[in-house]
Amino acid sequence: MRDYVIGFVLAAILTAVPFWLVMARPLPNDITAVLVMAFAVVQVVVHMIYFLHMNGKSEGGWTLTALVFTIIVVVIMLSGSLWVMHHLNTNMMPAIHDIR
Amino acid sequence: MQSSQQLPADLTAHFYDLHEHDHPEGGSTLLGFWIYLMSDCLIFAILFATYAVLGGNLAAGPGPQDLFDLPLVALNTAMLLFSSITYGFAMLAMARGEQRQTLLWLGVTGLFGLMFLGIELYEFHHLIHLGATPQRSAFLSAFFTLVGTHGLHVTFGIIWLVTLMVQIDRHGLKPANQRRLMCLSLFWHFLDVIWIGVFTLVYLMGMLR
Repeated sequence: MRDYVIGFVLAAILTAVPFWLVMARPLPNDITAVLVMAFAVVQVVVHMIYFLHMNGKSEGGWTLTALVFTIIVVVIMLSGSLWVMHHLNTNMMPAIHDIR
Repeated sequence: MQSSQQLPADLTAHFYDLHEHDHPEGGSTLLGFWIYLMSDCLIFAILFATYAVLGGNLAAGPGPQDLFDLPLVALNTAMLLFSSITYGFAMLAMARGEQRQTLLWLGVTGLFGLMFLGIELYEFHHLIHLGATPQRSAFLSAFFTLVGTHGLHVTFGIIWLVTLMVQIDRHGLKPANQRRLMCLSLFWHFLDVIWIGVFTLVYLMGMLR
């Protein structure tokens, strides 16, 4: 009971703040973007701990191992896609890239 | 199996377990389901990558700032978050063995899930009505694919939820049903985690572009 309530309160705060930052725009855009991303990462961790009950011990540590492996694959894929496609855009299609 | 056991042990190389241990029913289900969720996570990662690459290609069509309604997205996010905690209450009721309470909280969770889907379908309908269809631009194709796939997951989650409610009503909180509830719990909370990525990268970052 305590875990779920703590998780819910934290998640609500971590959701409300980025929405407020974007809707009221008290800060410059680039700082807001970094903060919004940071809040999302923290909220994912909160959900993992308090709702999905992740720890290093469940199933002999295999759930955590699978999660870490997935995160590595996801990071390689996301950063790789963005990197490659960004270079394709800037190097191969200079004219098309400028059209927005 | 039988013949190899009659040979002297030192003459045979055993490449399989002669003394198969008893595997209790469902002993590895949760780990297996977790591995499935990780593979599902990869599907969403690909869709997020596609959106990140194509999100700026508007083809002179409407962009995120013209289309997205943040208060509506905030309401939607709240629905999913409420459904997560009510599912948690269902699991706590299950642990106490209170069948009626479990069913009640599962019902509440399903209602929040339905409200989430209703708001999302209203948003899609509104966008298509404005001419912002998936065919309009690469941004909109990627948007509808990513958000639609999440919505489809929620839809199947609700179908699964209703199925389990009928199962529990008929057969009670037997161990098999408890195990199924734990799997759906992982699935449901996982969808909420994916939604964090959606509202951050698609909606909030979209408004900042």
